Order: sequence, then C-alpha cells, then structure tokens
Amino acid sequence: MENILEVNDLKVSFNTFAGEVQAVRGVNFHVKKGETLAIVGESGSGKSVTTQSIMRLIPMPPGEIKGGEILFEGTDLAQKSDKQMEKVRGKDIAMIFQDPMTSLNPTMKIGRQIMESMIKHRKIAKTDAKKRAIELLDLVGIPKPEQRVDQYPHEFSGGMRQRAMIAVALASDPKLLIADEPTTALDVTIQAQILELLKDIQKKTNTSIIFITHDLGVVANVADRVAVMYGGKIVETGSVDEVFYNPQHPYTWGLLASMPSLDAEEGELQAIPGSPPDLTNPPKGDAFAARNSYAMKVDFEMEPPMFKVSDTHYAATWLLHEDAPKVEPPAVVQKRIEHFKEKAGER
Amino acid sequence: MANNQEVLVDIKNLKQHFGRGDHKVKAVDGLNFHIYRGETFGLVGESGCGKSTTGRTIIRLYDATDGEVIFDGENVHGKKSKADLKKFNRKMQMIFQDPYASLNPRMTVSDIIAEGIDIHGLSKDKKERKERVVELLETVGLNREHANRYPHEFSGGQRQRIGIARALAVDPDFIIADEPISALDVSIQAQVVNLLKELQEEKNLTYLFIAHDLSMVKYISDRIGVMYFGKLVEVASSEDLYRNAFHPYTKSLMSAIPHPDPDYERNRKRVTYDVEEHRREMDGEEPEWREVSPGHWVSCTKKEYEAYQQQLQTQ
Repeated sequence: MENILEVNDLKVSFNTFAGEVQAVRGVNFHVKKGETLAIVGESGSGKSVTTQSIMRLIPMPPGEIKGGEILFEGTDLAQKSDKQMEKVRGKDIAMIFQDPMTSLNPTMKIGRQIMESMIKHRKIAKTDAKKRAIELLDLVGIPKPEQRVDQYPHEFSGGMRQRAMIAVALASDPKLLIADEPTTALDVTIQAQILELLKDIQKKTNTSIIFITHDLGVVANVADRVAVMYGGKIVETGSVDEVFYNPQHPYTWGLLASMPSLDAEEGELQAIPGSPPDLTNPPKGDAFAARNSYAMKVDFEMEPPMFKVSDTHYAATWLLHEDAPKVEPPAVVQKRIEHFKEKAGER
Repeated sequence: MANNQEVLVDIKNLKQHFGRGDHKVKAVDGLNFHIYRGETFGLVGESGCGKSTTGRTIIRLYDATDGEVIFDGENVHGKKSKADLKKFNRKMQMIFQDPYASLNPRMTVSDIIAEGIDIHGLSKDKKERKERVVELLETVGLNREHANRYPHEFSGGQRQRIGIARALAVDPDFIIADEPISALDVSIQAQVVNLLKELQEEKNLTYLFIAHDLSMVKYISDRIGVMYFGKLVEVASSEDLYRNAFHPYTKSLMSAIPHPDPDYERNRKRVTYDVEEHRREMDGEEPEWREVSPGHWVSCTKKEYEAYQQQLQTQ
C-alpha cells in the first residue's frame, strides 16, 4: 500500500511570554491509503498540534513550524502558502473536531454547511449539491435527511451533530480524514455508534483516517496502527496488536497498567506518578524518565533513538538497547505479552 | 465493604422536577436506594439521565420536589434551622467534576481549603488553621509550599487534589464525588482514584461516586446503580452487575464500553436499547422494583422478573 501522508522530523514551537514551547519535537510517521492511524497521548503530548500542523491550522505567530516536512501525496504541505492550503483543506484533507457545538456554524442550515465545500472545491451546481447533502446525511445515519437538511445545528442532538459534522467532512470526498477526539464529548452508546459509522464509511470510501484520542479503549476499537506520543515525541509505534499486546516503552506500560480492566480482579491501579514535562524547557534525555520507575542513568542524559522491534514496530526506550538489563514489565503488561506470544504461536 | 451494613444514607422516592406545566423536566423521578456506611456507591448513566441532579439534591444544593433523604437517621430535606443545616453540611461534602471551575481563582489554596474550617470554627487560632491546611495538603499528596499559591498555578490533577483536601477539611462522613476524574488524563485518573480509595480506608468514608465511565466505576464501587431518564433501572454489587446485568439498558451500556483490548473489540457485539420496543413488550404493565437475586434489584415487569429468575437458574 502506498503512503498517502508522510511526516518527517516535524518540529512545531509556540513563542510565548514564558519562552519557546516546543510542542512537537521531531515527529515521524506515515499513513497508508485506507488505513486508520491512532495517535494516543495525554493533554500536552503534542498530538493535536501535530495534526493541526498538517492542516496548517496553527496560528502563526505565535506558532511556528520549525522544521521537517509534511508530505501529502508527495508534496510538502509545510511549504505551501495559505492560498494554496485553501485548496487542500476541506478538499483533500478534512477534519472532524471534538465539540460539534462549537465547530458547526449555529447560524447556517446543516445542508448549507455540507454544500459549502462541494460548491467551492468541486464546482457542483447548487441543486446537485443539495441532493448530495441529503445523500450524505443518509450515509451518516440521520433519519429523515430531506427535512434535516434544512434545519439548524441547535435542532440536532449531540450525537446527531457529530454525525452532521462527519457529513460536512465527507462532502468533498477527502483522501485523508483527521478526527481529533471526535467521540470524547459523547456518551458511550453514542460513541460506539459514531465509531461504527467511521469504520463503515472507511470501508465504503477507502479514506485514510488519523484518529486522535486519549482513550485506549477507542484506539483498540478503531486503529490499524498506533503511535503513542509523550512530551512532543512519538515514543512507540506499531500495529494495534503490537502496541497493545507487546508494548515496549515504559510509558505505554504505564498507560495500560493505569486503566482498570472490566474483567480483571481488583488490585491497586498502577498510577503513573508525577505529571507531564514542561515543554518550554524539555528534559535532556528521555522525556518520560522522571516518571519512569524503570529509568536508568542513560535515560536522564541521552535521548533514546527508535529501536526496531519488528518491521512495523518501533519504540524509543534504552531498555531495547542490547546492553540494557532485562526488566520485568508490570504484571498486567506481562499478561498481554503472553497473549501476544500465544497468538504468534498460533500463526 | 463494611460488614456491619449500617445504612448511612437512605433515599426514599426522591423527585426533582424543574420548570412547570409543559416545560416540566422530571430530572429525577422517584429514586429509592440506600448507601451503607463505609461503602462506595457508584451511580452511572448517560448525560441527562439525572445522576448529577441526584447528587446535588442529596446534598441539598437543590430542594427536592418530593421524597426524603435520610442521612444518619435525619431527613436532610425536612425543616431545618440554620444551625442544624450547618451541622449537616459538615457531615456531607462534595467533589466536583471540573477542577478549573470549582476553585475560586481569587483565593489562595490555603483559603480555599480552610473555608470550611473557618465557617465551622474548627480551629482555635491562625497557627492551628495553618497546621491543619498543611496536614490536609500532605494527605492529598501536595505540600506546604502549595498553600499560598493560586489555583491557576496547578495542573488539573493537582486541582482535583485541592478539591479533595477542601472536602476533607471538615471531617465529613459522606462525600459525593460528581465525575471527579473525567476531566483528567488517563495516567492522572489512576492517581486520584487511588487517593480516594486510600482516604476511604483511613477515614472510613462513604462515597457516592457519580460517573459515566463504567470501567472506573466498577473498579472503585462496591455497589452500582444504573440510571435512565431520571429513574434507576438496576442496582447490584459491581461484580454482579458486570456478570449478570438483567435490564436491557444496562446491557446496552455495558456492551458500548470500549476495552483496551483489540481482540475483544474485533469480536464485540453491541446490544442496542430501544425504549419504545421495550415499552411495547411490557404490554402496558408498569415496571416495578424487584429483587432478582439477593441485593440485585431490577426495574421490571412480572414477566421479565420470571424470565430473569429462569436465566439465573440456567447459569
């Protein structure tokens, strides 16, 4: 499969009164045609800034793309002018935001909001665009689309608004869809519906999706591949099975161990101590070292490179260095690794 | 769970209606449940189901439309003098969802925490007040240097700790925690939940834990109540609810929770709940509160009750 998007060594900073905040510090990843890449991380890990840079939605100033390239179908988006970006935004790449109430225009009928990008980018006649808008509302599972198309956002419920926003995003048949926490504001049953909808649409249209979330359950549900971000960097990336069943980075271990599992016996949750690093003054070595009970001396001094675990699985931790001592991951993680070995054995 | 099974909070036919006439919203509509001393009772449901309103009505932030909240033998919503109310306020405290909105940005942390101490006159002098604040800060994992700072200097997790310290300041018996972790990052959520658990053991606290995240609720709660449109549909021990959910709404809620387990997610079968259909199946019979197995209550019709019984026997 070909790569539709390739991000190489992306660095994004914000200039604030407190100094330069290095929100994204050298990020590499790619997205293939028709697949879903989930980017997981806590608030401040740089996951939203990364994707907003792809769309060039970072306000500049104070933001600045300090380096790296964003290759979308081979052309570098980082080099494009604002004018040129307008042809990409909403046409080739579309975005779904967390809060449908603030990202839909409250004074515009839903139908018009869907038609807007079609008329702008595809030069479709108004009547045809409206027909297509009704089709899209139907596709995203909104009942009575012929009536709904002439309604305003406030007449929609939260889940319905999110569906409408997905319809807006799909209007110009984007090749890449960026979903930034699209289900975080929704109830679990509605969340499940929206996730099913996104997967269904992907099957039909073969759109690539970047899915940003902090919820590992959602990641396990939607992702083909996963990138775990911490302190402005990707610390581990691999297929969804590799990251969930054979995690290598202590931060990934920590995330998995700090979630209660519904069927496991009770015991103390293993919280990750401390709080995320201050990116105005990023730590010298591994950004996670200060909170990492497995940290070695080298973690505080030198940044770990990406070590290869398999062709698709990489992790940035010194524990994977050949000279590193063997450590025991938390018990819940060991269980996952056993499961991974069993699965590999079955194959 | 506490072995002596003494009921600390008893909620009887609690109703909270807002508005009037055509615009009446029955946010809470006839709730019956009790909370034992020393246990954590989890209240779950989707937005708008009335779970937060329930919490706020129990602590009398709202006056109940109807019904009683018996706390330690006394009706909270009865006629009360200011002095009585004050006494009661000390016993019941609340932790809020949004750690950004629930701390006064113009007050120092020490004044926020000590507000209750001042109101109830729990310290003899300034020195004792200060000592108490430092002690509380240390209890929740902060330290004495934090006392003179303002809320904006803290992260979300730290603010929630301040909120907890404020609740603890007056030595309450009962704490209502309304979505205390949903605004926090995953790694910080576990810190706060562990802290709440430790404090419960240390001080024999009783919690009403309101949340929509069923996996965290299951982890922290001894018993769980599931709410749907202002009513409880099921109450059971958390283990029991997870293994043997009976009410179709509970089942749909359980099946919608995403698990951090790709294999599980691939094979997931989602159950959907259709109220209209459920209503038709009930055939005009009003569902009643019935005990299907010891301690496991479900709102169901007689026919459903019998079906659930059968289900239990075949297991």
